[in-house]
Amino acid sequence: MSEQAGNGNGGAGDATAQSFELKVGLAEMLKGGVIMDVVNPDQAKIAEDSGACAVMALERVPSDIRRDGGVARMCQVEIIESIQRTVSIPVMAKVRIGHYLEAQILDALGVDFIDESEVLTPADEEHHVDKFGFRSPFVCGARDLGEALRRISEGAAMIRTKGEAGSGNIVEAVRHLRTVFGQMRSLQALLPEEVPARAKELRAPLDLVQRVAETGCLPVPNFAAGGIATPADAALCRSLGAEAVFVGSGIFKSGDPAVLARAIVRATTHWDEPEELVAACRGLGKPMEGIEMETLSESQRLANRGW
Amino acid sequence: MVAAGRQSRPAAELRVGIVSVQGAVQPHAAAITRAGAAWTRVRHPEDLDELDALILPGGESTTISKGLERVGLYEALEAFAQSGRPVLGTCAGAILMAREVEGFPVRSLGLIDVTAVRNAYGTQVDSFATVAQGELEGLRAIFIRAPRLKRPGPDVEVLARVDGWPVFVRQQNALATTFHPELTPDGRVHAALLELARKRKR
Repeated sequence: MSEQAGNGNGGAGDATAQSFELKVGLAEMLKGGVIMDVVNPDQAKIAEDSGACAVMALERVPSDIRRDGGVARMCQVEIIESIQRTVSIPVMAKVRIGHYLEAQILDALGVDFIDESEVLTPADEEHHVDKFGFRSPFVCGARDLGEALRRISEGAAMIRTKGEAGSGNIVEAVRHLRTVFGQMRSLQALLPEEVPARAKELRAPLDLVQRVAETGCLPVPNFAAGGIATPADAALCRSLGAEAVFVGSGIFKSGDPAVLARAIVRATTHWDEPEELVAACRGLGKPMEGIEMETLSESQRLANRGW
Repeated sequence: MVAAGRQSRPAAELRVGIVSVQGAVQPHAAAITRAGAAWTRVRHPEDLDELDALILPGGESTTISKGLERVGLYEALEAFAQSGRPVLGTCAGAILMAREVEGFPVRSLGLIDVTAVRNAYGTQVDSFATVAQGELEGLRAIFIRAPRLKRPGPDVEVLARVDGWPVFVRQQNALATTFHPELTPDGRVHAALLELARKRKR
């Protein structure tokens, strides 16, 4: 707790801020796991018993937010507290983009990770939260490398590709993973003097772009979210490079949540072992209904929120 | 395209298995590579064949525990440890090696005579970094939602402490840390594991 983040993006001088190393450290510990959306302690318990490595507390799962409309906000404090009392695994919660007061409330509650999420209704259409000044680490969504690096420059300790939350359709998650990894691969092919122009194109800080060009990977763990509804979806995201997966509506909108949750955990661990995947896919209940992307207008697409 | 390799193949003298059910596998793999040994991932009992040492990494102990149960690795890991080959557990791995687990119990292997208390320091906002006291001078230790080890038995050697609590312990061929040596460049904990493996091979 003594060290500062060091990237100089605000927050410095705040004695309560936690070092970036510790924040990324927890993200490292979540690799290879499944983070499950839950709306009450009973669901949180099912998630933990099924092998989730963390739960995400929220008021409504994305598919319900999509169906019911209205402003989607941070989860009620009592629900978060009851989930924290119920499970021993990390508890995450979402704040609206730019709503640093919601973030301060979650930080004071001691949540293990804050998701500044496009699934909720944005509070600020220009600025994301300055994430360095908090004790809790942040995860943010991204559709491409530039967006990922902008969030990291604001202090995000984990990136998740956005996909399209609540759609039950994996196509956007695949698009975003391929985009991020493809852009990282193409950066590695550049000569050093070509990197600044690419940084400009990506609208990302030069130092971070240079670092990716050298290492070929993001400086923080890179997970996938948005539309994962089956064990095979989870394995596909792992195969495309995601180090862990977030599953939102997919589990608790399915016919048998506990069975599907266990199956997705199994597929996330054994993503490159076809026999294990076959076993994971046996005996599943009815999956959630999916949505064709063509039926969603641009304004209905949650991934378009955030910049 | 793969997210991470499943093994390294240098012509190394020692081969270390890393339990790869869930958690921070890659930082341990990097530390083992830096120390000049080879590593391979362990997800099934047959993966333990021909290994000289084993690492149980950090991650979520409930998740890892359920994964070990599912593939029948508990029994295989017990047999591995009984063969005298060294095992290192870090954070969640230390919990899984303890004799007893308090707080939110998970099944443990009982390789070290201590009681592990899960989430003993609090949530992530209480995670911290400090310098441990003990034989390894200036050992920088990172604690992430760390457990605490209580009541070490007479056969347990305490190699490092923080605020009086054991954070690095050894019982015969079993080593455990409640902190994360794989997240710092200090290679001494991994070197201790490899040294035990080397001694056994001689």
